Amino acid sequence: MSTYAQKKGFGATVWDYLTTVDHKKIAVLYLIAGGFFFVVGGLEAMFIRIQLAVPNSDFVSAGMYNQILTMHGTTMIFLAAMPLLFGFMNAIMPLQIGARDVAFPFINALGFWLFFFGGVFLNLSWFLGGAPDAGWTSYASLSLASEGHGIDFYLLGLQISGAGTLMGGINFLVTIINMRAPGMTYMRMPLFTWTTFVASALILFAFPPLTVGIFLLMFDRLFGSNFFVTAAGGNTIIWEHLFWIFGHPEVYILVLPAFGIFSEIIPVFSRKRLFGYSSMVFATVLIGFLGFMVWAHHMFTVGLGPIANAIFAVATMAIAVPTGIKIFNWLFTMWGGSIKFTTPMYYAVAFIPSFLMGGVTGVMLASAAADYQYHDTYFVVAHFHYVIVGGVVFAILAGTAFYWPKMFGTMLNETLGKITFWLFFIGFHLTFFIQHFLGLWGMPRRIFTFLEGQGLETGNFVSTVGAFFMAAATVVLVINIIITTVKNEKVGNDPWGDGRTLEWAIPSPPPFYNFKQLPLVRGLDPLWIEKMEGKKGMTPAEPLGDIHMPNASFIPFVISFGLFVAAFGAMYRLDYGWGLPVLIIGLLITFGSMFLRSVKDDHGFHIHKEELIDEDDKGVKA
Amino acid sequence: MENNQTNTGNATVDIAYRRKKNAEEMRHQVITFTLMIFLTIIAFVAVGAGMSGWFTVPFILLLAAVQVVFQLYYFMHMSHKGHEAPALFLYSGLLVGLITVLAFVTIVWW
Amino acid sequence: MHAEEKMTLEKWPASPEKQTLEAKNKFLGFWLFLGGETVLFASLFATYLALKDKVPGPDHALAKDLFEIPLAFLMTMILLTSSLTSVYAMYHMKNFEFKKMQLWLGITVILGFGFLALEIYEFYHYVHHYGHTFTSSAFGSAFYTLVGFHGAHVAFGLAWIITLMVRNAKRGLSLYNAPKFYVASLYWHFIDVVWVFIFSVVYLMGMVG
Ligand code: HEM
Ligand SMILES: [Cu+2]
Repeated sequence: MSTYAQKKGFGATVWDYLTTVDHKKIAVLYLIAGGFFFVVGGLEAMFIRIQLAVPNSDFVSAGMYNQILTMHGTTMIFLAAMPLLFGFMNAIMPLQIGARDVAFPFINALGFWLFFFGGVFLNLSWFLGGAPDAGWTSYASLSLASEGHGIDFYLLGLQISGAGTLMGGINFLVTIINMRAPGMTYMRMPLFTWTTFVASALILFAFPPLTVGIFLLMFDRLFGSNFFVTAAGGNTIIWEHLFWIFGHPEVYILVLPAFGIFSEIIPVFSRKRLFGYSSMVFATVLIGFLGFMVWAHHMFTVGLGPIANAIFAVATMAIAVPTGIKIFNWLFTMWGGSIKFTTPMYYAVAFIPSFLMGGVTGVMLASAAADYQYHDTYFVVAHFHYVIVGGVVFAILAGTAFYWPKMFGTMLNETLGKITFWLFFIGFHLTFFIQHFLGLWGMPRRIFTFLEGQGLETGNFVSTVGAFFMAAATVVLVINIIITTVKNEKVGNDPWGDGRTLEWAIPSPPPFYNFKQLPLVRGLDPLWIEKMEGKKGMTPAEPLGDIHMPNASFIPFVISFGLFVAAFGAMYRLDYGWGLPVLIIGLLITFGSMFLRSVKDDHGFHIHKEELIDEDDKGVKA
Repeated sequence: MENNQTNTGNATVDIAYRRKKNAEEMRHQVITFTLMIFLTIIAFVAVGAGMSGWFTVPFILLLAAVQVVFQLYYFMHMSHKGHEAPALFLYSGLLVGLITVLAFVTIVWW
Repeated sequence: MHAEEKMTLEKWPASPEKQTLEAKNKFLGFWLFLGGETVLFASLFATYLALKDKVPGPDHALAKDLFEIPLAFLMTMILLTSSLTSVYAMYHMKNFEFKKMQLWLGITVILGFGFLALEIYEFYHYVHHYGHTFTSSAFGSAFYTLVGFHGAHVAFGLAWIITLMVRNAKRGLSLYNAPKFYVASLYWHFIDVVWVFIFSVVYLMGMVG
């Protein structure tokens, strides 16, 4: 079953990826799918900005605008940002802890395919009668009133992809707890691993409330229940709570891994160990914990009363403390270091002030009384794009440049990378800085157009110009990727030259079993320690032996596909006679393949010692 | 792969000893079960007797909590070692859950 | 030694559910999943509590009209007992007594079906005697969703345990399937934990008013 080091045809490669359980290939799948949805969401953003470039515009209709807006937000959060981060987690985290594999390779694959089919399902709404149009928050009264099947696409699509995310989270948690290499104690784990850990724990606890909320709304829309129907005793605030009990931790699920990526990049290019490692870990955990206590800051204007508002306001502001600790630690890491300004480092340096601005407006919004002014204006739009784009998207772009050589064995072009950076950085601030003021000048969020003569023309026009800069940046990035892939100049283990952690101790890309011999970890930044002692690589912790690997499987794809089919049935059940049978067939496919999986033993296979020795002679090209 | 054999020395002695320990543990389980049944009956009786809600509600919630501790620590072996991570995550889940319940009984209707 | 190796009493370890790395992962992963399930059920409980007795008009049945002690008590006893029988099954698993384990699992399954049957009867009763349905009121929606989610967990647990019993009937215990049995029994206990809260919060507190 060893399928490495062979040139394969196109069909075989596709089949390989459809059935893979290798975390590094799943990472590539996440990157491709997430990248695709990022482009889709980006196009939607461009349509929004074009519509809002001038007053009284009729580029799109009001109804269409609502759909584009909703799909932009939903796609960016669930189908672009999170999967792209999952891609890096899959690619890098197991290497950082010195593991040969993840804890649940099969479930890892299943998680990806569920996300993928959920995302495809959601986006098919464009072609099947209209997309969801109640905003990415889909507040119950509005979404119950929405006609057509748009909202149903949202509910079913997110339910499927959410299940995948949950599985991915559990897999990461168990991998980190159980599969660390000898000597890799918790307090020696790189920060990207730590942030993956905490973000996964947040996923574990934040996604169930979303699951429940979506079920309730789905029951109301498709099965006649009355959770949010006030006339029958229901209460629409319940949705808001459930959504935000999920929704606030969700922003930390996004931003903590982003912090993790920067915490890797900054020490490498400052050539200095991360300042205040243990306080960084502490701050990460604390942010994760507090993240669950603050959700009602999204609901200050609902009328929860002064006591509840006060509690949630104070809790929210408290999060600024651990976040501040992090900012200072990054600055002190750079302080006195011998800094190398590579593309990833550009993003890291730009990230600090950009994200800080988002944080500052966050504290402003946390003042419940003041929020009555800011709420539902462009001030909020500016705030969350400063944290999401200035934090998460910068980290994704930085991570792409930083980890590309590790994942694909070839280096992205630095010049083009820096062009992308400058275009994106300028475009970002041009687009969103002015939106703070648009909001303060009274422009409401989620409106499809505005009138002349209200002082909003210039601001909106500037904002749109900025968006075109970011689009151009993305185009340059794509060109860069194409050129790099065509040239395909191979690099060695440690292409940046200053790698500190275990992933830089093995070939790029790593062989499918990652580590021929598990490394012995002697401290934080294990590779750096060995380098400082004049060694070239890690000392092995075990003799060369057989390696156990899992078998590839097509079942994850089939299980997810079954749910995809079932979702159509559930949605069209009331409209067409074929709805119910399709629902049943879909569920049969899913449960049937789960059943198959559980009765068919799968013991994996072994790579024998002799094969590993052979590999050495050939110089390990996976 | 770690496929460690934990048996030591003389196999038959080992087994006899372990069986005895298992049987002893099983006895504890049965005692736990009896207690659980007992608590359940008390809870139902308290409600059946029609005492004031101010007493019964906290009382049955307390009994429920005790029962759950029994289930977790005895039936689900959380008292055994090697359950640190499970306990951490279960209690974190419980904390998030309790906050949710608290919010829903205080700030959903007002 | 491989997980699927044929086992003898002499070789059977003290905690067969945690011998291989796969088993350790499964064990931990399943506990974490239960942590997530805790939040899931908490959200359902929270929703139920917020919507308890919220009905469109005065002629709708409320919690105190619906629930009766005998039925709730019987269901509770059955499910609690099934928890004990699954403990017995795991006891025999640790002693490498496959037949006895299967027997106790079988009893657990029968009790589980008994519980489900009573639950179906209960729902039927509410629908036909009180007009208390999934769609009649927010209270009805919340009640059937919470209790029904639990019921669905019971049904899934039954299907799972039966599959394991049938699949392994001929080949006995190994280090490959011991963790599977163990994890299924954890699931069964968790279902029981949830029920403890359901009978306390929904039924008993419902009768108190
Ligand atoms: C990169 C360029 C981007 C541009 C030009 C852009 C632009 C916009 C605009 C104009 C809105 C509409 C605001 C309103 O009318 O209320 C919006 C909403 C939103 N954006 Fe973006 N955005 C970008 C990237 C992102 C990214 C990367 C994310 C998340 C990862 C994101 C998440 C959201 C969300 C959640 C909303 C709210 C949607 C809703 O109200 O339902 N955006 N964006
Ligand atoms: Cu928030």
